[in-house]
Amino acid sequence: MRDAFIELDGVEKVFDVWRKTGFMKRERHRVRAVDSLSFTVARGEMVGYIGPNGAGKSTTIKMLTGILTPSGGRLRVAGVDPSRERMRLAHRIGVVFGQRTTLWWDLPLIDSYRLMHRMYRIPAARYRENLERLTELLDLGGLLDVPVRQLSLGQRMRGDIAAALLHDPEVLYLDEPTIGLDVVSRTRVRDFLRRLNAERATTVLLTTHDLRDIEQLCSRVMVIDHGRLVYDGALAGLHEAGESERTLVVDLERELPPIEAPAPARVVRVEGPRQWLAFPASASAAELVAKVAARYPLVDLSVREPDIEAVIARMLGPSGGAPEPPQERAGRTPS
Amino acid sequence: MFVEGVRAYGLIAGMWVRSGMTYRASFAFTVVGNLLVTGLDFVGILLMFSQVDSLGGWSLPEIALLYGLSATSFGIADLVLGSLDVLGGRMRDGSFDVLLVRPAPVLAQVGADRFALRRLGRVTQGVVVLGWALAAVDVDWSAVKVLLVPVVVVSGAAIFSAVFVAGAAFQVFAQDAAEVQNAFTYGGNTLLQYPPSVFGKDLVRGVTFMLPLAFVNWVPAAYVLERPYPIGLPGWAAFASPLVAVGCCALAGLAWRTGLRSYRSTGS
Repeated sequence: MRDAFIELDGVEKVFDVWRKTGFMKRERHRVRAVDSLSFTVARGEMVGYIGPNGAGKSTTIKMLTGILTPSGGRLRVAGVDPSRERMRLAHRIGVVFGQRTTLWWDLPLIDSYRLMHRMYRIPAARYRENLERLTELLDLGGLLDVPVRQLSLGQRMRGDIAAALLHDPEVLYLDEPTIGLDVVSRTRVRDFLRRLNAERATTVLLTTHDLRDIEQLCSRVMVIDHGRLVYDGALAGLHEAGESERTLVVDLERELPPIEAPAPARVVRVEGPRQWLAFPASASAAELVAKVAARYPLVDLSVREPDIEAVIARMLGPSGGAPEPPQERAGRTPS
Repeated sequence: MFVEGVRAYGLIAGMWVRSGMTYRASFAFTVVGNLLVTGLDFVGILLMFSQVDSLGGWSLPEIALLYGLSATSFGIADLVLGSLDVLGGRMRDGSFDVLLVRPAPVLAQVGADRFALRRLGRVTQGVVVLGWALAAVDVDWSAVKVLLVPVVVVSGAAIFSAVFVAGAAFQVFAQDAAEVQNAFTYGGNTLLQYPPSVFGKDLVRGVTFMLPLAFVNWVPAAYVLERPYPIGLPGWAAFASPLVAVGCCALAGLAWRTGLRSYRSTGS
């Protein structure tokens, strides 16, 4: 067991929200944005943190970075209580807020990095080395002298990630790092994060709406809903918990009536010679393929993994994935 | 902590100055514009002084001394912390959170926000009026009196700064305290029917500063000019400005800490 780098034990965050109930009349509501949350993240782990809007993801990140003080419970990052020792912890963490840049809009990209250099008191040699490495890995070479306002969204995101890593943080929090990016930029960001985690053992915690991020990056997923941890484990297990199904797509030699598949597999769609069979994600595809191939003339086949968003929605039940509840908006609860 | 704050302030203010320079034409226009406005202010003051010989028994140079002391102090505070009023906006759009993950005191970071050299105009104006007043007043200068002037200017700047910081702390509460905010939006509405940049803001500031203002100029100026103190204060009151400044700063610091703690526990 590697040492626990992030530790949460029964952490709570309660917001008081005033709701208008009439003219000049208001009622106080207590909103539990985070409710007795407990988990640990080991040094060097890469964890996906997902859940519907308003589930408490950003509130958790804000407590981990020391922006918000928990209402209860115990929270430690690198052995430090983030809200008490915010400034000391700042040297050891990197944060990327996907939807707002920390770069200086009107100045060349390099100026923002120079500010980080001085504000974080990064030794000159290490700064130069890190800048060089990040510039290369994130393909920022030609962009350092360009004012940030002229960068594309993807370029700016890469610029932001570099800015968060110049001081060699031990943990990197990413809040929606791929939001709004095109496919190429997204791939580049993911490749970079994978290398960062593999080569420098940086602990990474990321929230995302794009579940391909998780599929491609994280061996561990935590799902939060209504402020509670509802799943913590491997991605594969999430499929099981959500009773998700994979799909076997077969191309037959000719049009045939729906395949009589061995239960629980069943045909869900037929289109000419192509048929779609749904089967539990936990079951073996090989077995099913063998059985079908023994009885039907197969030309080609492929297996499709389930859409995790649907898996989470199913796991959370009918209320899961619902839009942000109104009281959370009124209280400007971070989502 | 203080040194750390000053250092962070310098770094960030430098970034804003350079940001401002990137639009060269705009920067040049702002500089010229501010010089013109400052110049016009002088003309206004001169016109006023040319029409009146004395106000409430105070001669022109004496009034200029009052004006110069407070304008210089206010100018310094405005230069250093004048943009604290963008704090509310930063909290609403969430960019305030970014400041909280930096290894620097938040107040220094917020204070340096949108730092602009154009605010030097106010200070210049104050210094010029003060300089003229000091040369023109008919005073028997002693070492104590000479020393008192810079001390009062610095103390005054600290008092005004404290009010700015207290205002910023209040903005944090006002974020959530809807009643209080309403009192200001509706109550302030009448005030804001006038051009706020010209009148409303200065009036509000004027009212807010009324109490500490006595120590920014009235009392020390009365000592220098050997006039009776307002509201019968004791003789040593003229030298109390630094003490008042320290007190104001301590209160403002406390208010700021409380505000920040409340932000971090409510997240709003």
